[in-house]
Amino acid sequence: MDAAWVPLALTLKVAGWATFFNLFLGLGTGYALARWHFPGRDVLDAVLTLPMVMPPTVLGYYLLVLIGSQGPIGAWLLQHFGIRLIFTWQAAVIAATVVSFPLVFKAARAAFETVDTQLEDAARSLGVSEWAVFFRVSLPLAWRGILAGLLLCFARALGEFGATLMVAGSIAGQTQTLSIAVYEAVQAGQDHTANFLVAVTSIVCLVVLLSAGRLLPGRVAPRA
Amino acid sequence: MIWEVVLKKLLRQGDSSFELDLRCGSDAQRLVLFGPSGAGKTQTLKMVAGIVQPDSGRVAIAGRVLLDSARGIHLSPQQRSLAYVFQDYALFPHLTVRQNIAFARQARGRTWLNPAHDVADDAVDRWIAAFGLQSVAGHQPHQISGGQRQRTALARALVNKPAALLLDEPFAALDKPLRQRLRDELRDLQAQLQIPMLLITHDDDDVRALADEVVHLHAGRVVAAKEMASRPLSSWPDGPEKAPVRSVHGSPAP
Repeated sequence: MDAAWVPLALTLKVAGWATFFNLFLGLGTGYALARWHFPGRDVLDAVLTLPMVMPPTVLGYYLLVLIGSQGPIGAWLLQHFGIRLIFTWQAAVIAATVVSFPLVFKAARAAFETVDTQLEDAARSLGVSEWAVFFRVSLPLAWRGILAGLLLCFARALGEFGATLMVAGSIAGQTQTLSIAVYEAVQAGQDHTANFLVAVTSIVCLVVLLSAGRLLPGRVAPRA
Repeated sequence: MIWEVVLKKLLRQGDSSFELDLRCGSDAQRLVLFGPSGAGKTQTLKMVAGIVQPDSGRVAIAGRVLLDSARGIHLSPQQRSLAYVFQDYALFPHLTVRQNIAFARQARGRTWLNPAHDVADDAVDRWIAAFGLQSVAGHQPHQISGGQRQRTALARALVNKPAALLLDEPFAALDKPLRQRLRDELRDLQAQLQIPMLLITHDDDDVRALADEVVHLHAGRVVAAKEMASRPLSSWPDGPEKAPVRSVHGSPAP
C-alpha cells in the first residue's frame, strides 16, 4: 500500500517541520504582541491573522510570487545559492507554515495575556534575568494554551491543500501530500486508495484534536 | 539618610490623569506611606522597586543611589536587590512553597530552570522553619492559607538578604485577628534583621503598629511628612517652596 504510506510520511514530515517553525515564530510574535504596546499593534495582529481567513489559493499565489524563480526571494536564492524552492517538499513546508501560523500566534498571544504581569515583575524584583523570567514564569504558565495551538497548527498543516498545490505541485513521492493524493486518487477513479487515504487522514486529525482538547486552557487547574 | 525618594510621573487611570509629585526623605527604619486608595501609593512603591519608570526622580536607600534621572543613573529591578512583597503576594502558582522561596537562590537567578521540588538550601530551610512552613513546603500557593501565603512571600523576599523591604498593603487580604498577629511578627522580624522597611497602607492600625515615621500621601502629593533635617531646603530640585510640609504623624505642623 505504498500509495498511502509515501504521502502519509511526506505529510507528517511537512506538518512536523511547519509546526516546529511555528513554535518559534508563533511563540515569539505572540509574546511580543501580548507584552509590548506599540502603535499599529492591532493592524499587525490583523495582518498576521490573515492567513487564517484568506483562501489558501490566494496565499499560494502570494508565495508563488515571492519564492518563484522570478520572485524577489526565489530569484535571490537561485542566484546566490542555486536553490530552486518551487515544486519541492520544502516549498510545501513554507506553505503549511504560513497557513497554520495564526493558530499558534493567536493561541500564544491569548495564553501570554492570561499570565499576570505582576508575577513577571515579582521575578524581576527577585533578581532574575529577563530571559529567565520568560522561561521560568511566563512560559510555564502559558504553555498549555500554546501547546493546544501547536496541535491545532499540526492538524491544519496536515490537511493543507490549496497553497501547497500552488507552490509545491503534486509530484508523486516528492510533493504529493495526503490531501493532494486523495484528490488525485478520486480524479483517477482509484476508490480503494482514496478510501484508505481518507480513513488515515481522518484518524490522524481526530487524534490530534482529542489531544488538543485535553490541553485547552479551560482544563487548567485552579490557581491561587 | 535611609530613604530619599523624589518622584514625578503623570499617572493615567481610565480617562482621568493626575501628576504624582512626591518628595520625602527620612531616617526612619520603618517608614509607612499612608493614604487613601488612588493616592498613588502602589505606583510609588513600584517606582522605588524599578518596576514602573517615573518621568523623573531620584531614589536612594541608605546612601545607595538606585535612580537619578538627572545623572542618568537607572538601575533595573534586578540590580536594586530590594525585597518586594506584593499586595496579593504574587506567588508563582506553578511552584511549591519551597520552590517559591528558593526561586532566586541559585547563581543569583541566572539559570533558566526553576529550582527542583526538593531543592536543598540551608537559607531556604531556615526561613521555612522560622515561619513554620515545614508542613506546607511541598504545597502550591492555592493549597495554603492566606497567612501562610504572606509568610511565603516574605520568606521569598528576604532569603536573598535584600537591601530593603518594600511591602504593598501586606495585611489587606487577611482577616482581623490574623492581621494583628502578623503585624507583631513583622515588627519583630524587622527589629531582628535591622533592614530598612517601606510599607504602604490605607489602614490606621498598620501605622500605629509599624511606623517609626509616616508620610501622608494624597492625590499624588505628600501632605505631611517629616522634614529632611540633614538637608538644606535649597537643595530640593525645585527650590525650597516645594519642600515637604514639616510634620510628624500624631502632632500638628509647628
